[in-house]
Amino acid sequence: MLELQALTRRFDTTTAVDGVSLTVPAGQMLGIIGRSGAGKSTLLRLVNRLVEPSAGRILAEGRDVTALHGWALRAWRRDCAMVFQQFNLVQRLDVLTNVLVGRLAHQHGLRRALVLLTGTFSAAERAMALAALDRFGLAEVALQRAETLSGGQQQRVALCRALMQAPRLILADEPIASLDPMNARAVMEALRQVNRAEGITVLVNLHHLDTAREYCDRILAMQAGRVVFDGRPEALDAARVRDVYGITEAEFAAEAAAAQQRAAVA
Amino acid sequence: MIARGEAVYQGTLRQRRLATLVGLALLLACLLAAAWVSEVRPTTLAEGLPRAGEYFEKLLPTLRWATLLADSETEGSLAAWFYRLDSWAWLLFETANMAALATLMGVAAGLLLAFPAARNLGAGTVAVQLARRGMEAMRTVPEIVFALILVWAFGVGPLAGILAIALHTAGACGKLFAESIENTGLGAWDGVWSAGGSWPQACRFAILPQVAPNLLSYALLRFEINLRSASVIGFVGGGGIGQELYTVIAQNYYEEISAIVLLILLAVASIDLLSERLRHAVIGRLA
Repeated sequence: MLELQALTRRFDTTTAVDGVSLTVPAGQMLGIIGRSGAGKSTLLRLVNRLVEPSAGRILAEGRDVTALHGWALRAWRRDCAMVFQQFNLVQRLDVLTNVLVGRLAHQHGLRRALVLLTGTFSAAERAMALAALDRFGLAEVALQRAETLSGGQQQRVALCRALMQAPRLILADEPIASLDPMNARAVMEALRQVNRAEGITVLVNLHHLDTAREYCDRILAMQAGRVVFDGRPEALDAARVRDVYGITEAEFAAEAAAAQQRAAVA
Repeated sequence: MIARGEAVYQGTLRQRRLATLVGLALLLACLLAAAWVSEVRPTTLAEGLPRAGEYFEKLLPTLRWATLLADSETEGSLAAWFYRLDSWAWLLFETANMAALATLMGVAAGLLLAFPAARNLGAGTVAVQLARRGMEAMRTVPEIVFALILVWAFGVGPLAGILAIALHTAGACGKLFAESIENTGLGAWDGVWSAGGSWPQACRFAILPQVAPNLLSYALLRFEINLRSASVIGFVGGGGIGQELYTVIAQNYYEEISAIVLLILLAVASIDLLSERLRHAVIGRLA
């Protein structure tokens, strides 16, 4: 179980995340929606501790995550894998090694130093990575450089890397915002499958209400850093969207598409 | 309106011309002052130039057509001019060897320093400052000065030269490496970091593969530069062909000076060409 208590993050002039309190039971697939700049991304980065909170606490199974540092912090990051909008793979490295990066935080002592020096992983780790790639139909491209893959393939490689961490939690930050509809579907299906088959809790940021409704058990809507809706997907109907965002669902979708366009160009 | 615009345009043009003229006048004055301070006088130049020509004339070997290809015992032959070619060739090889070793050592040290020195990797203020200032010190002190100190410590010979060039290389390459790292996107870094990777792991797996071709290219370029450095480091006792050159210059063995200089020129040019080809091949294959 993941618990956020009045989690807040202020940047110079803005408050990106403003007192978010939330309880996510284990195994849930939680969709977080909101317009650009609503604080969704910062919220996920706070949970992974890529961003430090200004106030509030994060508890995982009752343990205070916000107080961790050093090795314990890296172990926490390993346990809550991140998937990014821009995939964040090492472009010039082959797909297999990219996936194996997920094992780095599992290595200890001499072997850790050895892998660091030589860049070679153990046969068992390679077998594990290949199995993960094979699961998403990527075994064929294992030795290609990440940069030669399509966006959809890269995102699935990123998901493989996340699974190699053997995480309890996956934080997916706009995982499909840079993908075409078909690849977006494949990635969402994969996330859903991971959530169902392995019981991994998934927190996923999404631009589109429809996607959130289709795949998630629960939807959280954010606006200016605050949670403005939290409930079952069917409760977030057209009237509720207008209530929450002051625009119709069609306008919300158009805005999301425009933001996606901008992201693709950038 | 048009007339007013034209007037303003002419006005700014005049102003700009005036500024340029004043600037040029100032520059000229500075140059003259600098020349006067450093005792660059036209008369001294005119007197000295012929003497330089005289020296070059002395350097020219005495070659005769009839005996050009004769053995080294015969006056006027090429063999006599290069009568110590065997030992000079060995010294040249030693020089190239020095450059290669110094480049390897310097590049390795520079690589280790570049990661903490790169501002975007957040190594902490103390580490960043230490790495940056350390590399600055290494590259601002000329190799010759390092060599002088090291010759005193390790004695005359290639070791002092190698260490001196390696030190300078670490500082110079480390800075370029750090800049190369600073120009890399941090997406992959976030990827490794968010997976629980440590700082060295993130450097190794997220940054190194992305900058490796750039770094290799810098390292090979540095090898070319170090070859030239290694040729002169012998002047202060750092080993290699420079030491021999210094001896023959000091003892006024004019023909030997020209022979060695010619050999160095040939060696540096050919290794330059080779290394440039190698560098481009490597870049082409890695890119």
